[in-house]
Amino acid sequence: MLDKTGIAKRIAKEVQDGYYVNLGIGIPTLVANYVRDDIEVEFQSENGVLGMGPFPFEGEEDADIINAGKQTITTLPGASFFDSAMSFSMIRGQHVDLTILGAMEVAENGDIANWKIPGKMVKGMGGAMDLVASAENIIVAMMHTNRAGESKLLKKCSLPLTGVGCVKKIVTNLAVIEVTDKGFKLLERAPGVSVEDIKKATEGHLIIEGDIPEMDI
Amino acid sequence: MILKTVNSVSDALEGVQDNMTFMLGGFGLSGIPENAIAELVKRNVKGVTCISNNAGVDDFGLGLLLQKKQIKKMVSSYVGENDEFERQMLSGELDVELIPQGTLAERCRAAQAGFPAIFTPAGFGTEVAEGKETREFDGKMYVLEHAFKADFAFVKAWKGDAAGNLIFKGTARNFNPCMAGAAKITVAEVEELVPVGELDPNQIHIPGIFVQRIFQGEKYEKRIEQRTVR
Repeated sequence: MLDKTGIAKRIAKEVQDGYYVNLGIGIPTLVANYVRDDIEVEFQSENGVLGMGPFPFEGEEDADIINAGKQTITTLPGASFFDSAMSFSMIRGQHVDLTILGAMEVAENGDIANWKIPGKMVKGMGGAMDLVASAENIIVAMMHTNRAGESKLLKKCSLPLTGVGCVKKIVTNLAVIEVTDKGFKLLERAPGVSVEDIKKATEGHLIIEGDIPEMDI
Repeated sequence: MILKTVNSVSDALEGVQDNMTFMLGGFGLSGIPENAIAELVKRNVKGVTCISNNAGVDDFGLGLLLQKKQIKKMVSSYVGENDEFERQMLSGELDVELIPQGTLAERCRAAQAGFPAIFTPAGFGTEVAEGKETREFDGKMYVLEHAFKADFAFVKAWKGDAAGNLIFKGTARNFNPCMAGAAKITVAEVEELVPVGELDPNQIHIPGIFVQRIFQGEKYEKRIEQRTVR
């Protein structure tokens, strides 16, 4: 079974040379730490920066340079700043190659819910609805089950949706799964996890074809 | 040369009244119009609707207006960092409309650019699209979203000149350029106001035509919300 860092490491392998990538808050943010250093990738943050670098050294924080999580950041050579409308032109206009975000639930048809739990404090969707409605290539990073042990890969989302039919791939602590027309297709198992374990933790329709290889992290 | 300079934040907010709709630039606490907000608090304008990506924190940014119960309605994409906000929202004192961040930006830009509405894919099939017109283009579904209508836009830039030309710095740019010219009156505050001719026309982010009043802010705290270091 993977921890959050393991999920980030596995997703990092999906990032290809020349990609512009938008990372959500949480596990997705960690992905930047594990991208191969022999490829060129630029990270976009929807508050208006392309070419995000690491966090600043102490004493070099700048209130005018932050990421979408409102954390102080730095920029790399070749970076650019822009306004919010242009930022979402990059996203809506499908100029961003890969979007990685967290989720509370994903349905077997690719629906995603990640912004609202009715009855609890609603903080808002931020840029998530724009991202999922437009991106061609969306990977969800999440735990396979919630704290109560219930599956987060469902036949149908129970929470209010963020977007419909948009998720293409899911990487969890247990598995790598592709969302197909026919349901969740199991691609890889996490180290030490059996197909049976994944079946038990998946409520939606799980497609298992042939031998399922263990992830190479 | 058409000059936009006003002498004080007080002059800049001339005409501000109860129950108006304001646009306020900023993302989190970055690039917020600190001086205009302080003046709105001082004037104790009530019943206002604020279009702003976030709602500040308890003791800074729009949180200052929330503390004094000056805000009737917030139109935002993310409002998570504010206890007083949560209390007022849950008690029903505060009306909150949450909309996708890109839609917020584009509804501002539509107002600025003279479009009555735009079609966006964001929110289709979700509760955000409920009751709204939808339409298919090339096999994909879109939601009709209307341009905002606001009385004042309060924007903050790094540098500006007396003609109202603006230059922003870093990610403090965010919604500010989208809101300039998107309301009946745009008030720009800057960290440094320079005489006409000092800014390179090639470097202007927002031309002065979008700005009615400009002033240099008395001071900027520029508080950092999430100080994160290596």
